[in-house]
Amino acid sequence: MALTAEMKREMYWWMLLARRLDERAWVLHRQGKIAFHISGIGHEAAQVGAGFAIRRGYDWVAPYYRDLALMLLLGFTPRDFVLGLMGKREDPNSGGRQMPNHWSLRAANVVSLSAPVATQCVHAAGIGLAIKMKKRDQVVLTALGEGSTSQGEWYEAVNWAAIHKLPVIFLVQNNKYAISERTEKQMAVKSAADKACGLGLPGISVDGTDVFAVYEAVANAVAEARAGNGATLIETVAYRITPHSSDDDDRSYRSHEEVEAYKKCDPLQVVQSRLVADGILEEAVIAEFEQRAKEMVDEAVRYAESAPYPDALEAAYPVYAEEVRHG
Amino acid sequence: MAEMTLIEAIRQAMDEELARDADVFIVGEDVGARGGVFRATQGLIEKYGAERVFDSPLAELSIVGVGIGAALYGMRPVCEIQFADFIYPAFNQIVSEAAKMCYRSNGAWTVPMVIRAPYGGGIGGGLYHSQSVEAFFTHVPGLKVVIPSNPYDAKGLLKSAIRDPNPVLFLEPKKGYRLIRGEVPEEEYLVPLGPANVSRPGSDVSVFAYGMMHYYALQAAEMVASENIAVEVVDLRTLYPVDKETILQSVRKTGKALIVHEDNLTGGYGAEVAAIIASEAFTDLDAPVRRLCGPDVPGVPFSPPMQEWFLPNAEKIAEAIRQLDRF
Ligand SMILES: Cc1ncc(C[n+]2csc(CCOP(=O)(O)OP(=O)(O)O)c2C)c(N)n1
Ligand SMILES: [Mg+2]
Repeated sequence: MALTAEMKREMYWWMLLARRLDERAWVLHRQGKIAFHISGIGHEAAQVGAGFAIRRGYDWVAPYYRDLALMLLLGFTPRDFVLGLMGKREDPNSGGRQMPNHWSLRAANVVSLSAPVATQCVHAAGIGLAIKMKKRDQVVLTALGEGSTSQGEWYEAVNWAAIHKLPVIFLVQNNKYAISERTEKQMAVKSAADKACGLGLPGISVDGTDVFAVYEAVANAVAEARAGNGATLIETVAYRITPHSSDDDDRSYRSHEEVEAYKKCDPLQVVQSRLVADGILEEAVIAEFEQRAKEMVDEAVRYAESAPYPDALEAAYPVYAEEVRHG
Repeated sequence: MAEMTLIEAIRQAMDEELARDADVFIVGEDVGARGGVFRATQGLIEKYGAERVFDSPLAELSIVGVGIGAALYGMRPVCEIQFADFIYPAFNQIVSEAAKMCYRSNGAWTVPMVIRAPYGGGIGGGLYHSQSVEAFFTHVPGLKVVIPSNPYDAKGLLKSAIRDPNPVLFLEPKKGYRLIRGEVPEEEYLVPLGPANVSRPGSDVSVFAYGMMHYYALQAAEMVASENIAVEVVDLRTLYPVDKETILQSVRKTGKALIVHEDNLTGGYGAEVAAIIASEAFTDLDAPVRRLCGPDVPGVPFSPPMQEWFLPNAEKIAEAIRQLDRF
C-alpha cells in the first residue's frame, strides 16, 4: 500500500514520541530516579517502518528490548513505559517483576520477552506454526539484534520457518554493535540477510535509517507471508547512537568521532528533513508534535512517580496458571 | 479392564487427547511415520495426519521453543524429546522461557505444554541413553515434573498433563516401557497431577521412589515381607511441586525412611525428600534417613557388570530395607 501524506506524518509522530520518551529515560537515570535504561535511539525508523507494515492488534509480535517505538505503535503508552522503568505495580509487562523493556502486551498479541537473546525467535516460529495449523492469515513479527543472530535459537527458528514456510518476519536491527563487538566478530558474511539465504529464506538488507524503505520491505514480506509464501528476514542497518545501556561506557571501544559522524544520519532527522522537503511536514506541525510529546512524557513521569510499588508479597505469585488472579 | 504395557498406556493417552481436543498436537523427532523410536506415537499419524503428529527437525531447543510459541497462540503441544539425555539443548527454553512465562508476564501468558522424554538406565544405553535428568528440573518453579511408574498412572497422569495450563515435564522410565504391565480401565479417567500414591501400605519402613525404582521397590517390599518387615511404598509420581503431606504422613507412621532413585546421589531429588523429612518430621524418626541412589560418576556405563553396579535394583533395595529395619 502506498503511504499517504497523513500516514507519513503519523510515522514521524511515533518516531518522535519514542525518541523524546527514550531521552527522558536517560534523564531519569542521571537523576537517580530509575536504575536502568536500554535505549532504542537510532532504531526508530526500523521499528516504526515495520510496525506500520503489520496489522497491529491482529498480527502477533515477539519483540526485543530496544523496541520502544514499536511497542508505542502497538498500544503501549508512555505511562506504561515509565511504570515499567520504575518497577511499579501497574507495569503492564510484568507487574514490576521484570527489568524495563522486557515487553508483554497480551491485548496486542505481544508475547512476553525474557533476557537471554534470540529466545523469542523460536516462539515466533511456533506462533507461525500454530497460525498455519489454524489456517489463519495472521503473520508474526519478531525482532532481534544482529549479534543475536549468532545464537542457535535464531538458526533453529529460521530453519523451521524456511522448512515449513511459516508466516514469520525476522526483523534484524543491525546497529553495528553487540555491546562492544562489531558485526565482523559475529559473522563472516556481510549481513544477517546472507545467513538467512543460506538457510533457504529470502534475506533482505535495507537502510535502517529510512523509515519508508523499511516499511516497503516489511510490507512486501508481510504480503508474501499472508499469502502463504513463507518467511522473510529483513535486516535494517543503522547505528546504535547511545551506549549499549545505562550500565555501559562505550568510550572503551569506540571513538567520540565515530558516534558524532553517525549522528548525522539519525533516522529522526532523516525523516524530518525529507518530509519537510516534500512539503508534508510544516514547522508548525513539528512544533505541535514536540509540544504534545513533551506533555505526554511529562504526564507519564508524573503519573508513574506517584504510582504505587507492588506489595512485596505479590512477588510470591503467579508461579502457576492456577494462581493467576483475574480482574 | 484391559492389561497393557506402560508404553501402550502412554500411546492411548495421546490418542484420546488428540481425539478430544483439536488443539493438541505432537511434535518431535521421528514421531510421524516411524511412530517414535520407542513406538510411543505408533499409528497416530495414520489417525490424525502429519499436521498433528509432526516430524520436527533434529533440534531439541526448537522442539520445545516452537512448542512454547504454539502454546502461547493457544495450542496444546506435546513435545517429544527422543531421549532425556538430549534435553540439554532445550534447557534454556524450558527453564528460562516455559517455566517463567506465567510469572514474568504476571499471568498474562501461560504455556500449556507437555514435554515427554524417556529417561533412565538398565537398557544398555551407556552414558548418553540412560540419564535421569529430573534433578535439573525439580529445582524450577513454574514447571511441573511428573514420572509415572505403571500403566494406569501413566495414562491418567499424561492426560492430566496435556490438559494442564502449565508446562509439564513428563519423564517416562524407558526400561519399563514393555516390562511394566498393568490394568487400565476402558472408560475415561484422569490421575491428578500433585498427589503421591501410597502403593503399598506398611508400618515398619517407608520407601519413597518413582519410575523404575518404584517398580523395584514393590518387588523388594514383597521380598522382605516374608521376613516380617512391613514396608510402606510411596510412589512420588509428581515430583514437582512435591506432595509433602503424603511423605510426612508415611514417615510419621513408620519412623524410617528410605529414598531410592537411579539418578546420582549428590544434589539428587532424594536430598529434597530427606530435607523435608528432617525438617518437618524429625521427632518422628527412629533412624537416620537413608538414600539408595546411583553413584556419583558421570553416567551409567555401558558394559553389563558396570551398568549393574551403577543401578539400584530389587535386591539392593531389599538389603537397604533390612538394614534400616534393624537400626
Ligand atoms: C544469551 C545471552 N547472552 C548474553 C547476554 C548479554 N547481552 C545482552 S544484549 C547483548 C548484545 C546484543 O547485541 P545485538 O544482538 O546486536 O543487539 P543490540 O543490543 O545491539 O540491539 C548481550 C551480549 C544476553 N542477554 N543473553
Ligand atoms: Mg547490535
